[in-house]
Amino acid sequence: MREKRRRRVAYFLILPGVAFLTVFFVVPMFTMLSTSFQEGTFEGGFTFTGHWQNYTESFAAFDTQIYRSLLYGLIVTVATLLISFPMVYWIAFRGGRRKNLYLLLLLLPFFTPFIIRTLAWKQILADNGILLGSLKNAGLVPEDLQLLATSTAVLGGLIYNFLPFMALPLYVALERLDHSLLDAASDLYSTRRQAFFKVTLPLAMPGVFAGSLLTFIPSVGDFINAELLGSVNTTMIGNVIQREFQTNLDFPTGSALSFVLMIGILVGVFLYARALGTEDLTG
Amino acid sequence: MAVAHTGVQAGDAGKRPAPPEARRHGPWLGIYTALVMIYLFTPVAVIILFGFNDPVGRFNFVFNRFTLDNYTTLFENQELTTSLQNSLTVAALSTIVAVTFGTLIALALTRFRFRGRSSLNLFLFVPMATPEIVLGVSLLSLFVTLGFGRGLVTIILAHIMFSISYVVVTVKARTSGLDTNLEDAAQDLGATPLTSFWTITFPLIFPGIMAAGLLVFVLSLDDYVVTVFNAGGTGMFPLWIYGASRIGVPPEVNIMGTLIFAIGVVYAIVVLLRDRGLLGDLKKFAGRRM
Repeated sequence: MREKRRRRVAYFLILPGVAFLTVFFVVPMFTMLSTSFQEGTFEGGFTFTGHWQNYTESFAAFDTQIYRSLLYGLIVTVATLLISFPMVYWIAFRGGRRKNLYLLLLLLPFFTPFIIRTLAWKQILADNGILLGSLKNAGLVPEDLQLLATSTAVLGGLIYNFLPFMALPLYVALERLDHSLLDAASDLYSTRRQAFFKVTLPLAMPGVFAGSLLTFIPSVGDFINAELLGSVNTTMIGNVIQREFQTNLDFPTGSALSFVLMIGILVGVFLYARALGTEDLTG
Repeated sequence: MAVAHTGVQAGDAGKRPAPPEARRHGPWLGIYTALVMIYLFTPVAVIILFGFNDPVGRFNFVFNRFTLDNYTTLFENQELTTSLQNSLTVAALSTIVAVTFGTLIALALTRFRFRGRSSLNLFLFVPMATPEIVLGVSLLSLFVTLGFGRGLVTIILAHIMFSISYVVVTVKARTSGLDTNLEDAAQDLGATPLTSFWTITFPLIFPGIMAAGLLVFVLSLDDYVVTVFNAGGTGMFPLWIYGASRIGVPPEVNIMGTLIFAIGVVYAIVVLLRDRGLLGDLKKFAGRRM
């Protein structure tokens, strides 16, 4: 009796949020799916004709950008992992009483707005900006060296902007690691290297998993960094989708590409989750 | 805690042969961490520095001359103040709604057993695993299909949508550690379920609710991608920055970055002081128990 009433209370509690997400997340996915099979113009209106060629045509036209986005996403994920792991390891294991202070310091730069941060990199990397300008004046680099509008600049921006998404889950995993396990390993004559690879790293894997997802997904879909720091040679799938929706007003093509991007990422996430054996994705 | 990982204790040494490799460590990791910190703060330094620059031309790329003029004329920029007001309004309203919806779901997920719990978890995960641009354009396709004009209302709806899952995850972290016996005890002593919720559960999860609110407020204020597709012609703060950067990078952009960073610093100091205070209280409490 009481059990039944409690269950009804639970459904009552989740109702507003689930209803909202259904209307503004699930339904839009279906309108987008429907749009991706439509033909027509923005002015004249789009009509559903089951035009599946939107998929094949847009994939053929933009395969370079799709592969480039995947490649950039992978590079950013690996780079943020390699850069942040030693740092959060130091904070979690050697930070002592100042752990929280160091963690806040790590996060503080990201309180600045995303676009302003990216623009700051534009200011730093500009042809005669503070970095290249001074290096060129000192004669250390050739006069015509350019960093802006290269893939280096775009990757640099992506790596910088998404670093905290890797660092935080890694820190959480390392911080809750039971240090007596390491003492035990050392008591049983393991070397420091063995203890790291057999104890620390396996226990850090949930953090690596969460961090990779939180870094890979937004960087594959990003278009701000490529827009502000890149050129036509660094265009990503996000830039294409944005252009189709905002400039070309070709909603069917943009919808088809968005759908491919989303399904690709979801399938990737579930394969990755299965490979690493992480069951509960939401933690 | 701190003692637990300093390696082998002196008292242990007599009982068994010393392990082959005692855990001593060099300064390299610390130096590396300091270098990464410098890298992380470089753009912040540039943002602050170039806010004091009197730029040559439209692009604020070369440091010309120190000036405070940019600060004194900041709020004379009508577009900037309007877009800032719009963004703050959107952030406040969407935070209130998303925190309410999300907290209710978090409570249901941790305090009740019901059919569909794991599907609900998965359902909440999908919006977080969807790239922002897909969230933005799918909503646009909905509003266009319905013939719904875009403006402040559509932006608020969009921000509530992407915030709910973050609220659930943040509040859940707090509710799942709660001792349900406390509420049962209150009810055994005659409290109604509602009274025991407001006097016991709510105060305990309140820090989680605050953290979630702060997180989604900042996410909303900073969001460009979802906003740009659903704003219509509405001036929003991130859109203003982006627009300004198309024509040139005015020092106002740097100043806004500096001011928001300053708010972040104040917040960080408050958090650190509060943590220290809480820690002190806990120690006192533990001392009394012993």
